[in-house]
Amino acid sequence: MIENIEYIAKLAKIKLSPDLVKILSQDLKRILEYIAILNELDTTQIPPTTHAIENKNVFRDDKSASSLDREEILKIAPNRKDNFFKVPKIIE
Amino acid sequence: MKEIFYCSIKELRKLLESKKITPTELIEIFKNRIENLDSKIKSFVRTNFERAFKEAQTKKEGKLAYIPFAVKDNICIKGEEITCCSKILKGFISPYDATVIERLKNEGAIIIGITNMDEFAFGSSTENSCYFPTHNPFDLERVPGGSSGGSAASVSAGFVPFALGSDTGGSIRQPASFCGVIGFKPTYGRVSRYGLIAFGSSLDQIGPITRTVQDCALILSIISGKDSKDSTSVEIEVPDFEEGLEKEIKGLKIGLPKEYFVAGIQEEVKEKVLEGVKILEKLGVSVKEISLPHTKYAIPAYYIVAPSEASSNLSRFDGVQYGLRKESADLAEMYEVTRADGFGLEAKRRILLGTFCLSSGFYEAYYLKGLKTRTLIKRDFESAFKEVSLIVTPTSPTPAFKIGEKIKDPLSMYLSDVFTVPVNLAGLPAISVPCGLSKENLPIGMQIIGPAFREDLILRLAFWFERETEFYKIRPRI
Repeated sequence: MIENIEYIAKLAKIKLSPDLVKILSQDLKRILEYIAILNELDTTQIPPTTHAIENKNVFRDDKSASSLDREEILKIAPNRKDNFFKVPKIIE
Repeated sequence: MKEIFYCSIKELRKLLESKKITPTELIEIFKNRIENLDSKIKSFVRTNFERAFKEAQTKKEGKLAYIPFAVKDNICIKGEEITCCSKILKGFISPYDATVIERLKNEGAIIIGITNMDEFAFGSSTENSCYFPTHNPFDLERVPGGSSGGSAASVSAGFVPFALGSDTGGSIRQPASFCGVIGFKPTYGRVSRYGLIAFGSSLDQIGPITRTVQDCALILSIISGKDSKDSTSVEIEVPDFEEGLEKEIKGLKIGLPKEYFVAGIQEEVKEKVLEGVKILEKLGVSVKEISLPHTKYAIPAYYIVAPSEASSNLSRFDGVQYGLRKESADLAEMYEVTRADGFGLEAKRRILLGTFCLSSGFYEAYYLKGLKTRTLIKRDFESAFKEVSLIVTPTSPTPAFKIGEKIKDPLSMYLSDVFTVPVNLAGLPAISVPCGLSKENLPIGMQIIGPAFREDLILRLAFWFERETEFYKIRPRI
């Protein structure tokens, strides 16, 4: 069960207000209680399914093709400098 | 003459080819209808008639030449703002076309607008949009369903002959059923997901919403097929779905899963679907009761798998490359405040749920358990399809509910997808077709599920059903 939703929010990189911590803790608790019905199933011998339609070893020809235009991409960035995305300082 | 805005694609093509109407006049008709009535429905978040008129004046060839259509706000169109109805993507002008858009443009179709949806397709009512809720054309106090609610409502209201939606757990079929139109979720891998902003990558499929089965078959034929830009798209022949519609259905065996007709389903939904089954029997189809024993585990499994994939997919929205950024002196804090401000409540709920299911110490009990349950659900369908060719169920346990009715109770909202979610977990194709009205004059939908890559069989049964019942002629009074 979720005991520390603030820790989960930290992992998910979402800042939560105290109000939201309360609301979301209750919601998630209820949802997880509902999900617990899966414990009725013995799945020890069952393999997991990540994709329902198997599609293995997908190859394509190694041909060069044009990619998206750099300027088009940078144009929609919230903050840029020259040909880079600009973010707050990371290293002192 | 019949109202042009309710003509099928085929009828519109005839009018254009015989020059009874010009492409510009056609766009004008839809523009007027949208401007007169969409203030009530609110199916569009953005329209671009200027561009549509320009397109109408260029030379177009193909199966959809000059046919207007609408696109859900999570499918990328070059040069258009696409936001998933989320504050975090406001201002994102897509630098490229999704493969489905490219294919429809190549056949001459013209985009006239972008439709409303639940934020990032998280929801079953279109109330989770960051803009406004959409109203059901059959009853303005009710939801159109979701998450492709804007697309379904726009087709139902005669604003466009067809629209694109996406379906992760029922998001095409459930709104189609609520709005009295056709909605098709193809086999996973049938249609390229390139350019569809990802929610649950192992579940998502793009599909058409139309008013007739024939139009559905036409659009599906165009958008289907292997795409090198989506490695999960499958290299398998795409039949001409339209061509096969009239093939005989006598002798087909359909299954009614007993788990889909039990408590929780509204009585008149059950009645109408069973009446529909009677009609299929009259057409020469045989009916057999079957069992999909793990059905009740589908919603809990889905609410592990889908949010887990979503929490991973949505990590890309961090204020660095596009969309919203809340400035901060510190990078880590910039992520946190941007995501806090940009995501709505349901998006936060699902990201946190998914992050939890994937987190160290809980991964096996939740995520892995979800995937193993998924195997059981898939096996249920596999054994059922050894006995029957197609499965018929209600699309949703109730007709459209009231706006505001379920939005405060996430679990009850999740349960409205109880009949559609298993299909996504198993990767199968399924359609929702109208099968009558409730006493309150609300549309009810019948779902037809097929084995993987048997879209042809589903469409054929739906086509015969539609020709016999003509429910598609029922229009909302707006």
